[in-house]
Formats: sequence, structure tokens, C-alpha cells
Amino acid sequence: MPPLTGPKSGDALFASVDRVNAELFTLTYGAMVRQLLTDLEEVEEVNKQLDQMGYNIGTRLVDEFLAKSNVSRCVDFKETADVIAKLGFKMFLGVTATVTNWDAEGTSCSFVLEDNPLVDFVELPDICQGLQYCNVLSGVIRGALEMVSMKTEVTWVRDMLRGDDAYEMRVKLTKQVPEEYPYKDDD
Amino acid sequence: MIGVGKAKQYANVLDKPLSRGRQEVSLSAFAFLFSELVQYNQTQVDNIAELERRLEDAGYAVGARVLELLCHREKGNRRETRLLNILSFIHSTVWKVLFGKVADSLEKGTEHEDEYMISEKELLVNRFISVPKDMGAFNCGAFVAGIGVLENAGFPAVVTAHFVPIEGQQRPRTTILIKFAEEREARFG
Repeated sequence: MPPLTGPKSGDALFASVDRVNAELFTLTYGAMVRQLLTDLEEVEEVNKQLDQMGYNIGTRLVDEFLAKSNVSRCVDFKETADVIAKLGFKMFLGVTATVTNWDAEGTSCSFVLEDNPLVDFVELPDICQGLQYCNVLSGVIRGALEMVSMKTEVTWVRDMLRGDDAYEMRVKLTKQVPEEYPYKDDD
Repeated sequence: MIGVGKAKQYANVLDKPLSRGRQEVSLSAFAFLFSELVQYNQTQVDNIAELERRLEDAGYAVGARVLELLCHREKGNRRETRLLNILSFIHSTVWKVLFGKVADSLEKGTEHEDEYMISEKELLVNRFISVPKDMGAFNCGAFVAGIGVLENAGFPAVVTAHFVPIEGQQRPRTTILIKFAEEREARFG
């Protein structure tokens, strides 16, 4: 794990933010998805809307994350992914994700979540099989990374609601917009 | 009706250890989610009353499930049938589970026989929402009001949320007004 000077560990971070009951969160999310389904009716539309909402959340969430966690600038995408998985997920959702399946260039990886507070007590009915219930999470990651100048594509590979054993998100870095800070070519 | 089911195959819910029910997420995660919910609804409606109604609907769904959860977990599948009991149940247990503390106070209304009020100094959902001037009396507490736990417990009531300005405090207190329907009388004779 890359050394992070100064910032707190995931658990300490989570302990330092105010918390609410996860069930309230889960149920609120469920109510939101229900509303969307009733309004939009098309599952694809709902997926897109969830992603958009996640994107909006992500753009603001990243500010809070950077402010509270005190991490230094990540040197490359690998470090970024680690930070998201260990600190980001922990700080906001209280669960850690693991990062796996790096591809050869180091631009694409998977986040695996065994435990996902969004989906407690949820079961997908047959008419909604195409629904990506956790699409808001992919939007959040996309939005957050875009705010730190990384354009990404996020897709769901495994979904427990469809019968898989875990949640897996594949994040692919499509473009890194260069910034003022020196970008070290790390390998 | 389109909707996501409340419970996974029952085996799973019962298998989960009780401690899982105390899991928490960060406040900001909830605040973000809630603000998105409100913003989305804003695009769908034309006026304040409808917005309140939609938030109430959402809160209502939450309340139905919360009630089931709590009854199962805390009370061993028994639900309160008496009025004062259900009110204090809401005031302490439900509030505690959802917001981490008991509600600030529970009072009986002075004007009408069947009115009660639960008030809270700083309602969680209102903490991060600032109401622009033109929205007037709009209150996100409508969401909480919608947590029509009462309705699901079999007590028909009209629940509304109000801002009550208090001397010496910056933000007005939020009060949830519960007005019971007359059927209630039949229950207690």
C-alpha cells in the first residue's frame, strides 16, 4: 500500500465523520429508485438518471473527501484507485473495497465490494432485470475522478442482485488531463 | 406496481446477525443522497405543495419498512396498539434508530383533543438544506412527516411538518404535527 503521509487511516477517518444509521440511507435510496422507476418507467432511463445523480454527488463529494482525508496528490492511477477503495469507500459508506484485476498498462482496474449498504433488503423483481441498482456508485466515482482531471468509464461487472457473489465495478481511465503539478511517469 | 422488494428471501434477513442493523454510513453520504433526491423532485414538479407531497411519499415508503424492521428486531414481532405507546415508540425508538437520538419533545396539543407534536431542534434532513426565499414555507421535514409510521401501524392520521421560530435560536425548531382521525376514538372507546 503506498505510503500516505499525514492522512488518517480508513477507520480513523470513518470514526471522525458524523454518521447516520445505514438503514435510513438504504431506505432513502430505495425510495429514490422507486420514484425514478415510477416516473421514468424505462429501466435504461433510470440507469442513466442514477448515473447522472451519482455524477453530481461525486463532483461535490470529492471536495469533502480531499478536505477531510488530507491525502497528498496521488502520483498515478494505481494510487488513486487504492485511495478510493480504502479511504473513500470507508469514509462514506463504511465499507472497504478491494482493488483487483489491473490490466497491463495500469489504466483499468476493478473495485470489488463484498458488502454494500445500498442494497440491504433489496430484491429485484423480474420486470426490472436490466436495472443497475447501484449505478449511482459508478456515477459518484466518475464524477469524483473527473474533478481531479481523470476521465473514466465505469461499468458493473458483477452484481449481487443478479445472483453474483460480490459487487464488481470496472473503472477504466480514458484520459488524464494534465494539470499544473508535475506528473511523474511512474511505472 | 413497479418497485423493489422490501426483503430479500426471508432466509437472508433472518440469517443476518443483529449487529448488522447498527451499521452506519457517513452523514455526508446521506446528505448528498438526500439533496439529489430533492433536486430531482424539483425538476419534476411545478409547485411547492407537490414537492412536499412527493417527499412525503418517499418518506412514507421509508416509514413502512422501518416499522417492519423495528417491530421484528426490537419488539419481537409485537406492535403497539395503544395510542400513547405508539407515540412514545416513535418518539424514542424510531427516532433513535433513524437519527441516533430521541426526539426533543413530545407534547399534546392544546387546541384539539387528538393533536400531538413531536419537536426537534435540528432535524437531520434540514441540516444541509437551505431554503431559498422564494420557496417560503417549504420544509424538507415533509420527508420525515412522510415517515408515516403511524399510518402503517393502523392509526390513520394526518402528519405535517412545520417550522416554529423560537426566541433566541438561530434556526427555527421543526415540529411535526400529528392529527389523528376520528376512527381512533373507536379503538379506545
